[in-house]
Amino acid sequence: MTAPTVTKAAPDSRGLASKGDTLLEVRNLEKYFPIRGGLLSRVVGNVKAVNDVSFTLARGEVVGLVGESGSGKTTAGRAILRLIEPTGGEVIFNGTDVTKLSKGQMRDYRREMQIIFQDPFASLNPRMTVSDIIGEAMQIHNLNPGKGRIDRIAELLQKVGLRPEHMRRYPHEFSGGQRQRIGIARALAVDPTFIVADEPVSALDVSIQAQVVNLLQDLQEELGLTVLFIAHDLAVVEYICDRIIVMYLGRIMEIAPSHELNNNPKHPYTEALLSAAPVPDPTIKRQRIILEGDIPSPINPPSGCVFRTRCRYAIDDCAKVVPELREVAPQHYKACIRDDVL
Amino acid sequence: MTDHATNQAEVLLAVNGLKTYFNTDDGVVKSVDGVTFHINKGETLGVVGESGSGKSVTSLSIMRLIPMPPGEIAGGEILFSGAGGKAQDIVKMSEAGMRKIRGNEISMIFQEPMTSLNPVYTVGDQIAEAVMLHQDKNRKDAMGVATDMLRFVGIPAPEKRVNEYPHQMSGGMRQRVMIAMALSCNPALLIADEPTTALDVTIQAQILDLMRKLQKDIGMSILFITHNLGVVAEMADRVVVMYGGRVVEEGDVIEIFKAPRHPYTMGLLNSIPRPGVDAHVPGTPRKRLEAIPGNVPNPLNLPPGCAFEPRCKFAVPDCSKAVPPLEDTGGGHMARCIRWQDFAKADQEVRA
Repeated sequence: MTAPTVTKAAPDSRGLASKGDTLLEVRNLEKYFPIRGGLLSRVVGNVKAVNDVSFTLARGEVVGLVGESGSGKTTAGRAILRLIEPTGGEVIFNGTDVTKLSKGQMRDYRREMQIIFQDPFASLNPRMTVSDIIGEAMQIHNLNPGKGRIDRIAELLQKVGLRPEHMRRYPHEFSGGQRQRIGIARALAVDPTFIVADEPVSALDVSIQAQVVNLLQDLQEELGLTVLFIAHDLAVVEYICDRIIVMYLGRIMEIAPSHELNNNPKHPYTEALLSAAPVPDPTIKRQRIILEGDIPSPINPPSGCVFRTRCRYAIDDCAKVVPELREVAPQHYKACIRDDVL
Repeated sequence: MTDHATNQAEVLLAVNGLKTYFNTDDGVVKSVDGVTFHINKGETLGVVGESGSGKSVTSLSIMRLIPMPPGEIAGGEILFSGAGGKAQDIVKMSEAGMRKIRGNEISMIFQEPMTSLNPVYTVGDQIAEAVMLHQDKNRKDAMGVATDMLRFVGIPAPEKRVNEYPHQMSGGMRQRVMIAMALSCNPALLIADEPTTALDVTIQAQILDLMRKLQKDIGMSILFITHNLGVVAEMADRVVVMYGGRVVEEGDVIEIFKAPRHPYTMGLLNSIPRPGVDAHVPGTPRKRLEAIPGNVPNPLNLPPGCAFEPRCKFAVPDCSKAVPPLEDTGGGHMARCIRWQDFAKADQEVRA
């Protein structure tokens, strides 16, 4: 296979490297959706869903990508896998820039990079049996042909806490939590090294969420998976992830190790996000930072720092330039010009 | 606090042995099967439960919004002490009588503010509709009330917004409109069914903050239905936990979180990571959440005894014999578990 490789000469110009052996490096990733208007449906503008996003993932690392709706977290996850084509930037997986690959070359890489979707009801084809669903990717990649495939499917079902006889059933025969397990088995079917988990527990009942979180954690450890865990629930992300990336309006606001982000947020948006999460303890009555207004339209984002319109620390300079993501403590990065407030 | 609540406070709404059943092709679904609780004046009662627990059907029964057929209220009473002063049974009320209460003395906000607003009317029209119906005002005055209400719930430029359509607003804005509509007739009881579930966490914080402020101003009672334990801890004075169509635990919010007496409540509390406290520290072994095994039961086919028995780690053979009674464990803290005394004892030993 010939694929464009990246020379080691320009590794991580911004120093966003995680510790250890880098598996995935995202550089200046951009995804713009054109807005068409007028009589001729000409492009009149762009929704900058993901704007200049850079980060790295070390092999075996679990990194959370958090943000509210419209932050671009899901779009970023999909652009990395090229489920939607990025507008710009590089996604360097194991030394290869996958954004430059042809469709055929990309197919080989898909074996390595899998996704688990949020909605276990919409992401499984109702007309396919469980064995078809899990076996489809193996068939495409020609893995475990013949009798071995059925054995492998049975093994996968057991791995995710289902029984081998479930393979002949259809998705509607399962509960939400069980369907999510099928979705996980499907992602694991081709022995990937990297998984994007896009809100994998948000659609599940509270008592089922913990089951799936534990399962993901066990599988990650057992298989040494590298995981990009996309979610809006900070408590779950903190719990499962080594590091967390906070996004707002298409841009990264802060990157830090989980406990560090929680104990010592350096970006005003992270501070507000942490403060907004309700705590399941009625004896704690906190003084909450209430952010005013809504997330601005990504069609016309604020100049300079995109968060400044809701930021309680904003000063005139915040409107002037887009703050650079810079290291403020070991492994801790923020995109905010003010060092005097947090 | 619980003593105070049950003895001295005035009861606004008392649900007694409510049974709401649905007749389906596959059999009778007992969505709500003998539910009893009350709400005092000015208090917030949190109702916690997962899908299929019967929490939403309970609230729709109070509003008499259950489609009949296939639904029916098969038993029980819902006593509402509204403006008339005397407690009236909502179950037996005429449709005309109910129309005077619904949207007026009892109003409701739903989870999805987009689907519960009419897309072809302006938000002002929709708020004014309830005001004209219940307060005998003409359209111009009602629109004035609508504008005031939008200002009241913190919508900027209400004079302009009142003439806008729902699609011109964000999710948080629409939920504010829903709240404005629900409060436009000064209800005694507001039923909020997962009002912040569809919203982002910073917008959720805004809406919860708003609801608390408005309750202080108006003094209404709130029936707050949610699956989010964090939201309950923050909003509720008392909590009802539902499972499989029944109340399994009820009590003061601090009691419920500090000393739960039903294994389902204990399981729920242990299965969620606490923000901050449970953050992963690199280099340390990963913690594990204490998950509740199994699945939420099928309401068509509930276990014969305690509905939680198949998933319960404390289950004993007696649990599957009969539905356990809802017993007072002390001070109005109720639990539907035959082993609650064992848990109370274990708690005491730990504290001693």
